[in-house]
Amino acid sequence: MRAFTYERPADAGAALQAIARPGAKYIAGGTNLLDLMKVEVETPAHLVDVSRLPLAQIDETENGGLRIGATVTNSDLAAHRLVRERYPMLARALLNGASGQLRNQATTAGNLLQRTRCYYFYDTSKPCNKRTPGSGCSALNGYNRIHAVLGASDACIATHPSDMAVAMTAFDAEVETQTAGRGSRQIKLADLHRLPGTTPQTETALESGELITAVRLPPPPAGGQVYRKVRDRASYDFALVSVAALIDIDGDRIRAARIALGGVAHKPWRALDAERTLVGKPANANAFAAAGAAAMAGARGYGHNDFKIALASRTVARALADAARQQKG
Amino acid sequence: MTRRGVLGTGIALTVLRGPEAMAKEHVPPSPASPGATANPAPIDVGMTVNGERHDLRFDSRTTLLDALRDHLGLTGTKKGCDHGQCGACTVLVDGVRRNACLNLAVACDGQEIVTIEGLGDEQKLHPMQAAFVAHDGFQCGYCTPGQICSAVGMLAEIKRGLPSAATSDLTVTSMQVAEAEIRERMSGNICRCAAYPNIVAAILEAAEKASG
Repeated sequence: MRAFTYERPADAGAALQAIARPGAKYIAGGTNLLDLMKVEVETPAHLVDVSRLPLAQIDETENGGLRIGATVTNSDLAAHRLVRERYPMLARALLNGASGQLRNQATTAGNLLQRTRCYYFYDTSKPCNKRTPGSGCSALNGYNRIHAVLGASDACIATHPSDMAVAMTAFDAEVETQTAGRGSRQIKLADLHRLPGTTPQTETALESGELITAVRLPPPPAGGQVYRKVRDRASYDFALVSVAALIDIDGDRIRAARIALGGVAHKPWRALDAERTLVGKPANANAFAAAGAAAMAGARGYGHNDFKIALASRTVARALADAARQQKG
Repeated sequence: MTRRGVLGTGIALTVLRGPEAMAKEHVPPSPASPGATANPAPIDVGMTVNGERHDLRFDSRTTLLDALRDHLGLTGTKKGCDHGQCGACTVLVDGVRRNACLNLAVACDGQEIVTIEGLGDEQKLHPMQAAFVAHDGFQCGYCTPGQICSAVGMLAEIKRGLPSAATSDLTVTSMQVAEAEIRERMSGNICRCAAYPNIVAAILEAAEKASG
């Protein structure tokens, strides 16, 4: 690990000042950052520990939504009464991620900002445009079983590994941030993460030093909600494909649906076209299969990950069917 | 001389000579020396380990795992993968199970750590330790301290009503300590010898004894 200086500011204002130092990075749970520092993929010169800032509250908002503090742990978020009752899909996504130990430590904002688990990104002996811009992508023609099939580029085919963010994307979450001197702003979670394009090293819309302070969830939409995750192991593994599905059925017709996918792209992937194909249709297997196909219409495999296209399509159909069944009760 | 004895001697030397040696090459504290990261100043950390208060001084890079093993001589906590994947380093931090390898010691300032040595000893085993012995919940034993600390933390989570992926009804806050729950909740502790059936049996028995 490279040497670094460390400080733990008392409040957000002090943290926003501290982050101005050269090479400074925020650390909260650190489950991903410290790991990356050990292999020297991350080499911060200064760590600003925000884990004890007063950002660990979960509050109901005036409009019936939820405001989740940035340092709320994944365990606490999944266990919160309102999350379990109103956003069970989010609780499921969280509980299907990582291990008990990691969920006790990993934070809400840290989960959003975790880096890809692409093996070549971790392996400093291999080219990687995300780690060393311009050096090339080793996954493109390498072993790419876990890699992206949607929205990738020749510069990078890495995926975003979060489960939590997939569920939050389906709930139309927004991220609250603060920047020194510029005050606060809200960013739609769907706009927080970027597609790789030619600059995969730039992963989010956050500006230098911008601090996530909370995630806001609108009131939960009506209907059934299901998070379905497919992985190599039954527990404690990243998604090959995951689907967050929301469906609201009126009689036999679909009134509204939302679909977000994980494990398939550089960001949590909202399948808006697939959602549109469902509205007004009868809630049956044909409609769900068509939505699954629509979700993957623009997909492209890179060899080892070709299987993800059919897998994701079927997982969308299955998640929608499960959500529909859940609503019927 | 035992292996532990050798380790102990080395640690004693570190403790005696450490602060003196470091004071000679003292670098001003972080805020006063921006960018001076070649040899940053060690940082004072106070932490309670197994009920005993320690005032320590660490290089910022020291993990909690290395602090426990190399600075305090508590070698019961094992280093397996050092990447949070195996769970061998599981300890309780403020009562909650965590991977010691993924915590910076400097970030543990003021926290209460409990390691396998703090749960029980040869004379008075913790009920979870006794259950692992009774059920032969190990083979080589390397993952065992982490398994036991994790199991203790895990049962506390069930008692607090925390759900898991194996919990069928999320609105229920008093779940049973069933095998499926244990297997799911303990997935962060890998056993290279695959002693899982006996580990599950041990945890089930410890849970039953604790509730009965």
